[in-house]
Amino acid sequence: MKKKLLAVLMSAVMVVSLTACGGSAPAASGDAAPAADSGDAAPAADSGSSGDLIKVGIINNDPNESGYRTANDKDLKEMFTKENGYDASFAYSLKNDEQITAAQKFITDGVDYLLLSAADTAGWDTVLKDAQDAGIRVILFDRTIDAPDSLYEASIVSDMAKEGQTAVDWLAGQNLPEYNVIHIQGVMGSAAQQGRSGALDTKVAAESNWNIVTQQTAEWNAEKAQQIVQSVIDAGTPFNVIYAENDDMAKGAVAALDKANISHGVGKDVVVMGFDCNKWALEELLNKNWNYDGQCNPFQASYIDEIIKTIESGGTVSQKTIIMDEKGFDASSITQEDVDKYGI
Amino acid sequence: MSSETKIQTRKVKGGSIFRNQIFIPVAALLLLALFNLIADPSFYKITLGYNSTGDPVLSGYLMTILDYGSELAILAIGMTLVTAASGGQDISVGAAIAIAGSVILRVLCGHDSRPETLQAPIIVAFLVACVVAMLFGAFNGALVAYFKIQPMVATLILFTAGRSIAAWINNNELPIISDPSFAIYGGFIPGIPIPTPFFIAMICVVITMLALKFTNLGLYTQAVGINESSSKLNGLNPAFIKFLSFVLLGLCVAVAGLIKVSRLSSINYSVIAKDIEMDAILAVALGGNSLGGGKFNMLASILGAYVIQFLTTTLYKFNVQSDALPAYKAVVVIALVVMSTPKAREFMSKIGKKLKPAERSVA
Repeated sequence: MKKKLLAVLMSAVMVVSLTACGGSAPAASGDAAPAADSGDAAPAADSGSSGDLIKVGIINNDPNESGYRTANDKDLKEMFTKENGYDASFAYSLKNDEQITAAQKFITDGVDYLLLSAADTAGWDTVLKDAQDAGIRVILFDRTIDAPDSLYEASIVSDMAKEGQTAVDWLAGQNLPEYNVIHIQGVMGSAAQQGRSGALDTKVAAESNWNIVTQQTAEWNAEKAQQIVQSVIDAGTPFNVIYAENDDMAKGAVAALDKANISHGVGKDVVVMGFDCNKWALEELLNKNWNYDGQCNPFQASYIDEIIKTIESGGTVSQKTIIMDEKGFDASSITQEDVDKYGI
Repeated sequence: MSSETKIQTRKVKGGSIFRNQIFIPVAALLLLALFNLIADPSFYKITLGYNSTGDPVLSGYLMTILDYGSELAILAIGMTLVTAASGGQDISVGAAIAIAGSVILRVLCGHDSRPETLQAPIIVAFLVACVVAMLFGAFNGALVAYFKIQPMVATLILFTAGRSIAAWINNNELPIISDPSFAIYGGFIPGIPIPTPFFIAMICVVITMLALKFTNLGLYTQAVGINESSSKLNGLNPAFIKFLSFVLLGLCVAVAGLIKVSRLSSINYSVIAKDIEMDAILAVALGGNSLGGGKFNMLASILGAYVIQFLTTTLYKFNVQSDALPAYKAVVVIALVVMSTPKAREFMSKIGKKLKPAERSVA
C-alpha cells in the first residue's frame, strides 16, 4: 500500500515537472528549470520570423550555476536579438545527455548556427557530425570538447593557465621579500582550478623565497575557505599572501582575517588575490581591501557575432581557437569605470 | 555496612557505562582531545586579541570549534526530534538553510541588492525567515505525517528544489550587506570576546531543555517513535507529533540560517551549508540515538555536534585535504553503526562483565 502511494506520488511529481519544462520552454527564458527541450520553442519562433534572420540555437549551462554563467547568459541574450538580425533559441542544462538531446532538436529544427558550451567534453562527435551533414555550423564557446576540430568552425575560450600566469606574474612584481602563500583551490580537476593552480605551483617550485603555507581545496565555497584560513591563523603560522582561485573563497578568507585583526589590502600585512571579477569583488579592490582580481571573461557574444558575420559575408575564419583577452586588476590602479565595465 | 552495599551496587550500575548513551560522544571527545594533546599541545592555546573593529576576541582552535560547531548543534536539536518521532531523517536542512538565509537577506535588502542601510530591522527579517522555514518544515512534516511518505524520500523534494527556490527569492542576485550590525550574529558582540554563535546555540539548548523538562514534548515524541499505534491507543495524535517535530526543525534551520548568512554578510545559493544535513544526522548518531526513532538523549546529540566540529577542526589543523574530510567522517559513521549493533553491544558487555567479576561477587 505504502509502495503504491509512493509510486503514484512519484509519477505525479514527474508529470508536474514535465509540464513545468514544457511551460518554460516556449518562453525560452533563463528559467531555473533545466529546460533542455526548449528546442520546442524553435518551430514557434520560426513561423513568426522573417526569412533574413539568422537562426541560432544556443546550448548553455544553467545560468544559476554561478555569477559567471549568469553574466554569460545575459551577454548572449543581449547580443542575439531580432534587432541584431538573429532568431535565437536557448536550451539550458548542466547534464551532457540533456544538452545532446537539445542539440538534436536544434538540428531537426534546421538552425543555421549551433552555439555550444558543453557540460562535458566527451560524447559530442556523433551529434556534431549530424549537424555538419545538415549544413549547420557549430561554434563552441567557453568550453572545449574532445572532438576533431573539423566538426566546428571556431571555439572561443578562456585560457585558465594564462589567467594563473598573469596573476602569479603580478604577485612576483610586488617584490615582497618573502612569499608565504595560503593557496585556496577550487574544485579539484576543474579547468579553472588546474590552470590557476599550475602557474603558482611552478613558481613556488622554482623560487626559494616562495613557500606554500597551506594548499587546500575549498571547492569554490566561502565557508570552507574561511575555516581553512582560520585554521592557519589558529596555528600561528605566518603568511602574507592569500591566493584564492575565485572571489567567493577570497571573501571567506578575508572574513577570517577580519576576525583575527590581520590587516589586508594595499600596503597592509596580507595580499589578497581573487579571480572572476565579480562586481562586489572589484569594489573591494577599489576600497583597497583586496589587492588583485583576475578576470575570467564571460563576454563571448561579440566574438561569436564577429565570426558569424565573417562566415555570412563569405569569408573564412582564420583562427580555430580564439582565446579571449583577459585582464588582471590591481587595486592601486583600478577605476570606477573598470568596475562598471568588467564587473559581472 | 548497608552504605557500603549501596556504593557497590552503584558501582555495578557504573559497569553498564557502555550502555549509557552519553558515553559514545564523551568517549569520542576524549579520544580526540587526547590525540591532540599528544600530537600538539598548542592546540589548546587560547589567546586574547582584538579583531579589526577593535573589540576583544578570544582565538584559538577551541574557540573555532565552539564557533563553527554552533550551527550544527542547533540543527542537531531539531534533527534529534525528527529522528525520534518519525524514525527517519530530514535531508533537506542544507537547502532549507539556503532558503532561510535568502529570505533574511531579501527582507534586509528590499529591492536593492546592495543597500547602504538596512531596509528592515534584523529581528523582522529573522522572524520572517522563521515563518518561511517553519512553513517548509510543515510541508515536509505533512508529507511524512499525513501522507506517510518515508522521511528521506519526502525531504528529497526540498533537497532537490530548495537551492533553486533560494536563488529565486532574491531573483538570483547576490545581496551583500555592508551594515556591521548584521555581522554580529556570526561574529562577536562588541566587548564580548566569545563568538556569538555559541551564545545563540546555548540559548537554543536551554530553551529546548526547559521545553523537554516542563512539557510533554519529549515524552510524547519518544512514545510515538517507540510505538506509533500504542501511543495512539493512549490518546496521543502521532501524526501531529511528527508534524510538530518537522516544524520545530524548521525553526532550528532559521536560526542556523541567520548565523550562516551573518558570517559572510552574503550568500551563495549553491554552496551555503553544503552537506550540513549529513553532519546533522551524524551528530544524532554520534549522540548514541537510534536512527530508527524512539528514545533520545538531546544533550548527547548536541555534544555529538561539537565532537564533529572538533574532528573537522583537527583534520584542518593537520592539513588533511578538505575534500577528503567526508571520508574520515565516513569512518566514524562505520564505527558507530557497528558499535550500535546488538552483536557488538553483547560483546562489549561481555568484556565489561569480565572486568568486574570481583565486584559482582561482593555485591
